[in-house]
Amino acid sequence: MSAAKAPSGRPQGAGATRKGVRRGLKGYLERHLQVLIHALGRLSRNPLSTLMTTAVIGIALALPAGLYLVVDHVRDLGGQWRETTRISLFLKQGLADEEARRLAERLAGEAEVEGTEYVSPAQALEEFREFSGFGEVLDALDGNPLPGLITVQPISSLPPEAIQSLLERLRALPEVDIAQLDMEWVRRLHSLVDLVQRGILVIAILLALAVLLIVGNTLRLDIESRREEIVITKLIGATDGFIRRPFLYTGFWYGLGGALVALLLVNLSLVLLQGPVQRLAGLYGSDFRLGFTSPEMVILLLAAGVMLGLAGALLAVGRHLRDIEPE
Amino acid sequence: MVSFRLEAGEMAFLTGHSGAGKSSLLKLITLIERASAGQIVVNGHNLTRLGRREIPRLRRNIGIIFQDYRLLHDRTVFDNVALPLIVTGLQRRDVARRVRAALDMVGLLNKEKRYPVTLSGGEQQRVGIARAVVHKPPLLLADEPTGNLDPELSREIMTLFELFNQVGVSVLIASHDLELIGSLPYRVLTLEQGRLIHDGGMVAR
Repeated sequence: MSAAKAPSGRPQGAGATRKGVRRGLKGYLERHLQVLIHALGRLSRNPLSTLMTTAVIGIALALPAGLYLVVDHVRDLGGQWRETTRISLFLKQGLADEEARRLAERLAGEAEVEGTEYVSPAQALEEFREFSGFGEVLDALDGNPLPGLITVQPISSLPPEAIQSLLERLRALPEVDIAQLDMEWVRRLHSLVDLVQRGILVIAILLALAVLLIVGNTLRLDIESRREEIVITKLIGATDGFIRRPFLYTGFWYGLGGALVALLLVNLSLVLLQGPVQRLAGLYGSDFRLGFTSPEMVILLLAAGVMLGLAGALLAVGRHLRDIEPE
Repeated sequence: MVSFRLEAGEMAFLTGHSGAGKSSLLKLITLIERASAGQIVVNGHNLTRLGRREIPRLRRNIGIIFQDYRLLHDRTVFDNVALPLIVTGLQRRDVARRVRAALDMVGLLNKEKRYPVTLSGGEQQRVGIARAVVHKPPLLLADEPTGNLDPELSREIMTLFELFNQVGVSVLIASHDLELIGSLPYRVLTLEQGRLIHDGGMVAR
């Protein structure tokens, strides 16, 4: 009779002792674990519909994850190519070789600069004669029309904006006639990557919303089909929390399953792309290769899946469980 | 207007034609419906002041038995009877012990692994009764518990109710089976069009 008369309905006397508290906590965790496993069991009894829902969630998660990976790789690639961007400083006519060499050395010592190379007017003329095939034309000229050239290699971690300001600074040097940097394409690539990333963010948000709705709708149907069970359980004295629990855990499993499917899909696509990408990169003399999803990515994807699954379940449960009352 | 008091440990019948308000009265006591006026006090708790969140606690103190049994058909007899204990969060081994005790009382101990659909109507109702008493509530409410059963089974069910009453459980049974009610020596409350027209040891004709 004690259980019925105690207002709290707790058999352990509200855990007055530490042992009682620990036992209560253990019981609490045990119950949750039981419901968690029970929810998984229920899902496995309808393998086809569970698989389909999980696959849809997986595809919805795989799309933004895959796109993000590709763009991330392209950004890396842009970084690699930036090493070949150099600033060319065409020096003023008549600048002494000695002075030019000193300038090149001074610039090489700067923090933002990886290294410099000086090409004297004489060397430049020699190269031009060799490669252009206009040697006779040069002979017709009196004197060397070519300026001295310092090529400046910025350090690779320097962002485009900093390269730009470095360029401005070098251009202002009194020894420099023209400072040139062909970095337009780097900037374009970067803004393109930014744009695509923004686009992926939008797609990711839309697809996250879709996952939310898929889980929510699946659980709404689940709740509807278990209406009688919910009514009976409520009549027997179950709290809202007790009734909510199995549905929340079902959402959890959907989210986790979807995330695992997404990981599988993304990595499978990476494997399929690996060969062609490496061949393409090889043609450009690059050793670029696609890696698998990083551990951070795995954790992020799993967390996102679980969160979306739980959120979708909360959405459905919040909207529909309250409507089901005994009549 | 209905006004009556059921003492602790008392057993009584609630009768009247269909539509007289028997079911409504039971629904008011279990807060399936809310009273628009008046007061209902169960075990010292005034139901009119009970919030939504306190309803589960009230229902755990009441065992409810339905005409259509309302068992969960995808669960075994054992799991059906265990449900009221599970919702209170009782430890597993205690659950098994008390479920078996309840099934033993209704004589279905050997059918705990069966599913409700494989049982006869009388057996299903006994599962329903085991479920209603397994958590030892001080009050049992039954809404036409014998409505779907033949006279012999009905009498068996009534005997079960008397058994629970003898160990101190208050029992209120809604039924229009006047013959059965008349054969038993308990208080009878007769409703007509939502009003209590008779309260006593005899059935009003």
